[in-house]
Amino acid sequence: MTPNAHNTASEPVFFGDHRSTARASATRWKTGAAPSVLPLPQPVSDVPKVSLHGISLSYKTTNGSRLLAIDNIDLKVRTGEFLCIVGPSGCGKSTLLHLIAGLHKPTSGHVLVDDNVVEGTGTDRILIFQELGLFPWLKVGENVEFGMKMKGLSKAEREEKIRYYLRLVHLSQFKDSYAHQLSGGMRQRVALARALATEPDVLLMDEPFAALDAQTRDLLHDELERIWAETGRTIVFVTHNVREAVRLGDRVVLFTFRPGRVKREFQVDLPRPRQLEEVDVARAAREILEHLREEINKSLEVEYGVWP
Amino acid sequence: MKHVARQVIFYAALIGIWALLAKLKIWPPYIFPTPWGVVDALLAGFKDHSFWIAIGVSMKRMMLGYGISVALGMVLGLGVGSNKFLEETVGGLLVSLQSLPSICWLPLAVLWFGLTEKAILFVVVMGSLLSVTIAMEDGRKHMPKIYGMAGRNLGARGFALFWHVLLPASLPYIISGLKQGWAFAWRSLISGEMIFVSLGLGQLLMMGRDLNDMSQVIAVMILIIAIGYIVDGLVFKSVERRLRNKWGLAPAT
Ligand SMILES: Nc1ncnc2c1ncn2[C@@H]1O[C@H](COP(=O)(O)OP(=O)(O)OP(=O)(O)O)[C@@H](O)[C@H]1O
Ligand SMILES: [Mg+2]
Repeated sequence: MTPNAHNTASEPVFFGDHRSTARASATRWKTGAAPSVLPLPQPVSDVPKVSLHGISLSYKTTNGSRLLAIDNIDLKVRTGEFLCIVGPSGCGKSTLLHLIAGLHKPTSGHVLVDDNVVEGTGTDRILIFQELGLFPWLKVGENVEFGMKMKGLSKAEREEKIRYYLRLVHLSQFKDSYAHQLSGGMRQRVALARALATEPDVLLMDEPFAALDAQTRDLLHDELERIWAETGRTIVFVTHNVREAVRLGDRVVLFTFRPGRVKREFQVDLPRPRQLEEVDVARAAREILEHLREEINKSLEVEYGVWP
Repeated sequence: MKHVARQVIFYAALIGIWALLAKLKIWPPYIFPTPWGVVDALLAGFKDHSFWIAIGVSMKRMMLGYGISVALGMVLGLGVGSNKFLEETVGGLLVSLQSLPSICWLPLAVLWFGLTEKAILFVVVMGSLLSVTIAMEDGRKHMPKIYGMAGRNLGARGFALFWHVLLPASLPYIISGLKQGWAFAWRSLISGEMIFVSLGLGQLLMMGRDLNDMSQVIAVMILIIAIGYIVDGLVFKSVERRLRNKWGLAPAT
């Protein structure tokens, strides 16, 4: 079905042949032309894991005025859902993740996780920062260990998980290196391992694959999808790459340019595992990109005063 | 190597001129000692253990005094660095107190504690506390915010956050302040020891004066410089170098 241009945020657009449930589309994959991989179980349930109620946040700027970064966002992330957020640069995507992580307090509204109001940080929600925030005084292995240590895991457990997660991101050789000795993409993978190792219910990822080469990124897409399917973790994934969003997400939420609001939602019911190059993925991405482009143009107009 | 050669030549020339002047006997030796007289005094001092004892006593006081002021300075500096009100009030007071030479605290210390170890510790602490506090406050402000956020995000809070994240994250920014604090503490200690009788290097210096033994005075001065140099130049510099290497920062200028 083609999304109609006057759709509002409350009426999500559906990709896939019908408004199928996740399971139905998985079955469809099975009946399709000889799948080479078994379909992944899709662990989405209807119970909300994270709900944002009327969230707004304004920053104090240096000249004393306030900048409204995100404005009145209502959003529910279901337990086990893989939710992707796309939007133009500066629309408040990172801000939103910080709010869910409990690093910022909203100016108004509140964040609920499992019906509890978020008052601060908690190891049930781990954020992979856009700037990564790896600790330069710790080795790669110690960085991965950090969250587990804070959680009070035993030394043996920690060692085992360090080994497991470093192997997962293909960095076993670099356990004893320092972050500054790694490339940008390798650092992103360390940050991913550090977050995964704490095994949170909710994984918040802020453009985690932006600096990776295509091969590594594809590999990590597969791994992330597999981990998500196996563990039933809830993931909120911010990216500027619409194709990546469609490749990974059950749902893609498009934000407006500043102040960030939910412009539109897209339900992606394509069968899993997906491939970045798939025709269906490309088609859905094109659709979303058109809407995103409107917002990017708005942002360019504000930043440069032009309409390209 | 060239650098070392130049240093050797410079110091050889310096000692040569000194020896020459001493040889000319313009001044009596108790006013202007010979280099070999000073060497003799150094050897004698170590041989009869008086130097070792003095070094031991002075270093013990340093460790205690400096340790106290680092611990206190961290708490104070973090408090001042993270609170606007404290920064404007206490922060301002600390900066203005910094212009007071630490030895000025001695009369007060003697009145409070008498001629005791405590009085001298007090002077050492007051001598270095301010620079440690200011360094800490500065480090806290210059440290990138992301580390604190990442630490909280990964479940560190309270003391664990301070110990495992905030402290190591601010170390490159406070190490020079810690070094300066050490230098101030060292100076305060020697001046304190010179003024009231107690064991220690400062007292040894005054004893040399009382005995009209200029060789011993110079020998002790050399000792004080050497210890200051070893701690500052070797201990702090190498810690700083290791830190910067680990972080991948450019070497300090
Ligand atoms: N600490 C801050 N103080 C003041 N303004 C801020 C701060 N952090 C973010 N902003 C502003 O809030 C807006 C949203 O920022 P945010 O980092 O959430 O954007 P984003 O969507 O993640 O952008 P990008 O895709 O470029 O990462 C931006 O306009 C930014 O200028
Ligand atoms: Mg961002």
